[in-house]
Amino acid sequence: MPMSASKTAERGSATWRLIKAESTLCVRDKVGPLWGIGFPLILLVILGSVSDLRTPVEGGGGLTYFDLYVPVLVLFNLAILATASLPTTLAGYRENGVLRRMRTTPVGPARVLAAQLVANFAIAVVAMVLFLGVAGFGFGVGLPEHLPGFALAWLLAAAALLAIGLLITALAPGRGPATAIGTVLFFPMMFFAGLWVPISQMPPLLRDIAHYTPLGAGMGAFQDAYQGHFPSVVPLLTLAAYAVVCASVAIRWFRWE
Amino acid sequence: MPPVIEVRDLHKRYDDKIAVDDVSLTVQEGEIFGILGPNGAGKTTTVECVEGLRTPDRGEIKVLGLDPLRDRAELTRRLGVQLQAGHLPERLQVAEALELYSSFYPEPADWRGLLDGLGLADKAKTRYAKLSGGQKQRLSIALALVGSPRVAILDELTTGLDPQARRDTWDLIEGVRSRGVTIVLVTHFMEEAERLCDRLALIDAGRVVMVDTPAGLTERACAGQRIQFRPSRPMDDRLLTSLPDVSGVTRRGELVIVNGNDNALNAVTTVLARNQIVAHQLRVEQASLEDAFVRLTGKRPDPR
Ligand SMILES: Nc1ncnc2c1ncn2[C@@H]1O[C@H](COP(=O)(O)OP(=O)(O)OP(=O)(O)O)[C@@H](O)[C@H]1O
Ligand SMILES: [Mg+2]
Repeated sequence: MPMSASKTAERGSATWRLIKAESTLCVRDKVGPLWGIGFPLILLVILGSVSDLRTPVEGGGGLTYFDLYVPVLVLFNLAILATASLPTTLAGYRENGVLRRMRTTPVGPARVLAAQLVANFAIAVVAMVLFLGVAGFGFGVGLPEHLPGFALAWLLAAAALLAIGLLITALAPGRGPATAIGTVLFFPMMFFAGLWVPISQMPPLLRDIAHYTPLGAGMGAFQDAYQGHFPSVVPLLTLAAYAVVCASVAIRWFRWE
Repeated sequence: MPPVIEVRDLHKRYDDKIAVDDVSLTVQEGEIFGILGPNGAGKTTTVECVEGLRTPDRGEIKVLGLDPLRDRAELTRRLGVQLQAGHLPERLQVAEALELYSSFYPEPADWRGLLDGLGLADKAKTRYAKLSGGQKQRLSIALALVGSPRVAILDELTTGLDPQARRDTWDLIEGVRSRGVTIVLVTHFMEEAERLCDRLALIDAGRVVMVDTPAGLTERACAGQRIQFRPSRPMDDRLLTSLPDVSGVTRRGELVIVNGNDNALNAVTTVLARNQIVAHQLRVEQASLEDAFVRLTGKRPDPR
């Protein structure tokens, strides 16, 4: 085998093993699987059994309250990963010298970070498919009518939230502060996604704010896709802007130790 | 043959603290080079500059002809590193860590062999957070060697290890050296330095005080001998202090303690015999590397 080819194979296998290791660690860490998948799934099942929620939402374009909860819980999953799982793990790695130790290997710490992102992304994909599946088969909620539009909106939302997670990691001085910032961000973000009050039921001012928050924008785009059209430009651009801005600031300020 | 590691006029400060003032070192291929010095002397800072983890303020460093900062990719493939403080993810298991790290290198060592050699075989499935301090230390040594490095820099190799594990680790390191690997060892253990190192650098307050073989360092510190005895009858100290080979005489109760160079014993016994004094409970201590360390730095080595 030519040298370069074998080297490329080694490289590939190092990255692949790193992704595998980080995914295993994410599962062992339990925050992602438990709070990011288990908890919203239970919520989904409970809410699905409440018949009052099967009435259409005023201004919800024909969707019922429960229909709206499905995308809200998909966003709940992304928000947990971005505010609890990712920053706590990465800030912990930095605090404990894991990233520093990686700097002395040929692989380098950037790939640990990438592997963490991939692992969290994988958990998010599993969660999204699972939630849509359970809502569909268990409670008869149809898939988003505009599937490619939904997929695009979800990808942008995932990118925006993981970028927010990176930003928290970059700005927090340690693991403790990262967890604290994440928790403080989680609740307002989920509020604006409509976890407690659907966005269409919010007072006008809050509704306007909601459209420009990451989860509010994500919710807007998802709702469009559920109603059968390609998501409108504003929420998509909002999500893309969060992804680009947060990621660039995070990269600019990121410290490996 | 060009030296494997060359450090010239290294200077590094943290904010207002000068950690490394002026350090120059060369390490030759295949040798075990020890770095000794009191806490805070700048040992870790020096080796971290060599590893490319820190950016020196001044000075030049070459490792295997590579610049630690500019040629990182190439250097990391050939340099094995044990950090004084370095960690792994808490939930990563021992075997997983070794397998993962061995996949980082083009020609890794057999990680299972390292696991056995360092007495970690029964901990293969234990998570990092659940290891004892000494076991973490052993894993960190294994990770430094798993890439089959040409050069290994080990910061506080056996700190935290029990005496048996320490001896096993010394054997392991000697085995690694016999394969031609160049090793830099930061240590606080004089016994370790004497047993393993071909040459030692003594660093104090950010400067190299002396570079020599362990024996040469002891000799150059002029620590010499210490003789202790109980004279059979009262004697005048001046009998001994007048000897050119004796540097000092002190008394502790009935005991006379004489410090001097390597000829002191000869001179002392001759004088005593001439004065018909018998030396009871005679004890002679050869000054050790530890005495040299204390003499040259004015500090005790860290008792860890
Ligand atoms: N990151 C840092 N920021 C500021 N000062 C530092 C930092 N690291 C080390 N120092 C200071 O630099 C000096 C040298 O530290 P260094 O860690 O190189 O010592 P050392 O010789 O390895 O000591 P030890 O035997 O305790 O390991 C010390 O006075 C220490 O307080
Ligand atoms: Mg040190």
